[in-house]
Amino acid sequence: MQNLARQVLKQDIRAIARSISLIENETDITQKEALIDTLHPHCGNAIVWGITGPPGAGKSCLLDRFIEHLRQDNKTVAVIAVDPSSPFSGGALLGDRLRMQKHATDDGVFIRSMASRGHLGGVAGATADAIKIFDAAGFDYVIIETIGVGQTEIEVMELSDIVLLVLVPGLGDEIQALKAGVMEIGDIFIINKKDLDGADRLKSEVEYVLSLKDSIESDSKHPICMTSATQNDGIGNALSQINSYFAGLRDDGRLAQKRKERIEKELKHIATTKIMASANRFLNIDQRLNGWVEEVFQKKVSPYKLLNKKIGDFLQEINWQ
Amino acid sequence: MMKKIRILIAKPGLDGHDRGAKYVARALKDAGYEVIYTGIRQTPDAIVKTAIQEDVDFIGLSLLSGAHNELFPKVVELLKSKNADDIIVFGGGVIPESDIPGLKENGIRAVFTPGTPIKDIIAYIESAK
Repeated sequence: MQNLARQVLKQDIRAIARSISLIENETDITQKEALIDTLHPHCGNAIVWGITGPPGAGKSCLLDRFIEHLRQDNKTVAVIAVDPSSPFSGGALLGDRLRMQKHATDDGVFIRSMASRGHLGGVAGATADAIKIFDAAGFDYVIIETIGVGQTEIEVMELSDIVLLVLVPGLGDEIQALKAGVMEIGDIFIINKKDLDGADRLKSEVEYVLSLKDSIESDSKHPICMTSATQNDGIGNALSQINSYFAGLRDDGRLAQKRKERIEKELKHIATTKIMASANRFLNIDQRLNGWVEEVFQKKVSPYKLLNKKIGDFLQEINWQ
Repeated sequence: MMKKIRILIAKPGLDGHDRGAKYVARALKDAGYEVIYTGIRQTPDAIVKTAIQEDVDFIGLSLLSGAHNELFPKVVELLKSKNADDIIVFGGGVIPESDIPGLKENGIRAVFTPGTPIKDIIAYIESAK
């Protein structure tokens, strides 16, 4: 493991790729944890963007343009492009990198397609740890492209320093923009396909929603950028808005705050998963489930009563006060 | 969680006929594999770099222009030069029967010509994985 971590730190492409598979497959949890623990001191230097929006908004095309510009500045870029796994076959067709394939032979760009493998929230379960691998390997930027989202897939917010929300005209009226969920997580709003009808109206609707938000929050204003990725229009402007927004976050301490919140969520998540796993082992839930289902079905016991008793027995056994 | 088989479906060379490649990509997804599709007109170098970044187990090459004798072995050669020849390469497309032995000698492990039922490709992947 030390060896794999060492190779990741040396930016060995194969080692990075294999580390991500190790995390995704979870075939060896101990090895996975050792890898992440070894890399942890080397993390925290990359700028992490999340790029999200509805399917077909142009996330991959935009990202392709952003990579072009970042490479002109000699920045190295790692991309984690998430697409959904089939709930039926478990397979996935990962096609995001098709739009970015012109960077395939550029050693300063690493693109990894990732299937969601049943994880909800717009990213994959392995995304958080994959970010760390790229970060430790020294990439200047790590960019997560989410699956095409609806309204509630907002986990990317918990993984990135900055969320770029890509919108396109024609998906609904201003009430959609007022709703809770994905509209609330954008730091930067990008209206792509700006040459289409309705782009200006969408812009004024988003401005309206943000004016309500910005009057409540005291932090900096959320920029709205108009782009056309296919025509390579507005990309430079969007990039400079993103960069100055990020500089603002970094300089007034909000970035550190965000990253601490990220760690807090991560720790909670690890704790919950591990406690669940050991409780499951003790309660033998999987094995006993059939019996319990039958009891509840026949109304011999109610669900809360049953599980409160089982968990009570468990806590007594381990002498939990 | 189990290890998932990952497969890169790629079209080297200059022909733009991707119906077959897309069909295979879609069918392999339905068979439960994670399929990375990179589209048409890929150089062998781009294909090999993609395969390594994506840590795939297989590369499926599709070619209908007749350049298979040149481009398929080039992919295998580049994989070797990057110590990544554990990645299995198979091919498909309009390939004359007489070219198949030569391709196999050059490290293309299986060749599927037009009319091959998809279950044959799946059976091959299952036996080789």
